[in-house]
Amino acid sequence: MNLKCIIKSLLRQKSKLDSIVLKCHTKPMFKYYGKMAPFLFLLPAGIVLFIFFFIPFFQTISLSFFDYSNNIYEPIFNGMSNYLAILHNPVFYKVMWNTLLYLIVAVPFLATFPLFLAILINQKIRGVTLYKILIYLPVIVSIVVAAIAFKWLYAQEGILNYFMQQFHLPVIGWLTDPGYAIYSVIIVTIWKGIGYYMMIYLAALMSVPKELYEACDIDGANFWTKHLTVTVPHIMPTIALVTTISSISAMKIFAEIYVMTKGGPLNSTKTIVYYIYEKAFENLDLGYASAMAVILLVIVMVFSLINIFVFERGKYNL
Amino acid sequence: MKGESTICKLKFKNIPTHIILILVSLLSIFPFIWLLSTSLKGAGENIFAYPPTIIPKDFTWANYTGVWQRVNLMRYFINSMIVAGATVVLNLILSSLAGYPLARMEFKGKKIVFFAILATIMVPFQAIMLPVYLITLKLHLVDSVNDTMGFIGLVMPFAVSAFGIFLMRQAFLSIPREMEEAAIVDGCNVFQVFWKVLLPMVKPTLAVLAIFTFIGSWGEFLWPSIVLTKETMYTLPVGVNNLQGMFSSNWRFIAAGSIISTIPIIIFFLAMQKYFISGENEGAVKG
Repeated sequence: MNLKCIIKSLLRQKSKLDSIVLKCHTKPMFKYYGKMAPFLFLLPAGIVLFIFFFIPFFQTISLSFFDYSNNIYEPIFNGMSNYLAILHNPVFYKVMWNTLLYLIVAVPFLATFPLFLAILINQKIRGVTLYKILIYLPVIVSIVVAAIAFKWLYAQEGILNYFMQQFHLPVIGWLTDPGYAIYSVIIVTIWKGIGYYMMIYLAALMSVPKELYEACDIDGANFWTKHLTVTVPHIMPTIALVTTISSISAMKIFAEIYVMTKGGPLNSTKTIVYYIYEKAFENLDLGYASAMAVILLVIVMVFSLINIFVFERGKYNL
Repeated sequence: MKGESTICKLKFKNIPTHIILILVSLLSIFPFIWLLSTSLKGAGENIFAYPPTIIPKDFTWANYTGVWQRVNLMRYFINSMIVAGATVVLNLILSSLAGYPLARMEFKGKKIVFFAILATIMVPFQAIMLPVYLITLKLHLVDSVNDTMGFIGLVMPFAVSAFGIFLMRQAFLSIPREMEEAAIVDGCNVFQVFWKVLLPMVKPTLAVLAIFTFIGSWGEFLWPSIVLTKETMYTLPVGVNNLQGMFSSNWRFIAAGSIISTIPIIIFFLAMQKYFISGENEGAVKG
């Protein structure tokens, strides 16, 4: 098919246009401001970022080399021992496994299902606005209320187990059985994310040229071939973007766990951020918590670097 | 007759789409519906009854009045308004101030500044929250000093975001340079150009930034649950989570409190819906 050719030529035209636009922006103009002006404008944001971002960033790294477990006021420098202790801690591996489960289960679902919904909603049908509002509602509502609502659905004698009985399925301890609890929590995260990613896909779908669909209709292609040959290749960058964003937010999960399970039963729902929180603010083991924070930082930075330099270049005009 | 048959065909073609969308919509709101239903059930009705009833048999507002009397939800709401309001105002000011030179000015170290701000996107707050807390303590920005300091401590770590700075920078980039040149020829200095000429032109972007910052700040849970010690300083998410401890198994009260706390943000969402579901501001909420 020459569909690929059409797409390629369209993309080429777009990149030409982009470069012209870029040239316009970089055209120098006469200087009307003093030498200090740019720095004065940057100062207020700079102070805030310095105090609440850059200092804490480096302090996290330095704290991770100290031992606070004996005396919180007199930390002892202990080099890499926090990291070594973490590597020998079975709970850490459990926590990493839970985070990995999040990535394996939630990310593929959030990268595909919202796309399917976006394609459905992108048609000329009635009630589109209502559907969008209802599906977007979970995104807006506080995660705490969402987690409480789900905790109520998951109750031992709750409505979900009633449905299980109706379908002659075993009654499940949704949040109390270590085998199921993590999936129950993942469902909440997925449920709250669908509308958000659907809107990202809807915006991307606007950029797919209508002519391509018309060509498909003339060829008599059905729903699936049409979207697999036109839509998916065309919005591949957005699919990749959604994959990285949802991965990053999966690694930052906290509120769901805090409200619903507190990491239990038997650490089965403990995620890395919850474990850091517990070590730092409940056990006051600042060094250990910081070492884990550094590990989290490195993992998230890798994903973010991919995100920024591959998928979101345009957003930052890099 | 031909026209009629195509209408029928079109309608028939859309039925599976509608079925799927209605199902997903129902799944999206069902947890809230069930919570709402529970909150309206009186003491005479078993909330664990099988089969479950969505429409309460023993309908009552008592759970709402009960939770309203026992918990200072109004106070939590006001606290949330103060925190979200201050966060929005600071983000608008700081982001547009910082976005302007990055879009329009040439200066030494611009690249370094640019990448330093970009770097903040890559580091999750969760990874640096512990030192942020230690610094907040050192600066006495906690509610144990006094309420004002407590509010400042809640707001300052989120007073500016790289997301906001880049959003404003993009907006300034899209304004034609002739606007500034004309203003300068007319005798404006650089601050007047910024304040009187450019800022009014990026109002739509400011609105987008305000709305998404508001939503983010309103739902923030981790930071307030770390710094807050006084119950009178609780924001809505912290207060609602606390309902679980207060009414350990009284799900009627927990449900009523949760529903009350959700009403303001739903009203806000419906009023501002075009910003959320128009598809133009994609990817803004989570920052």
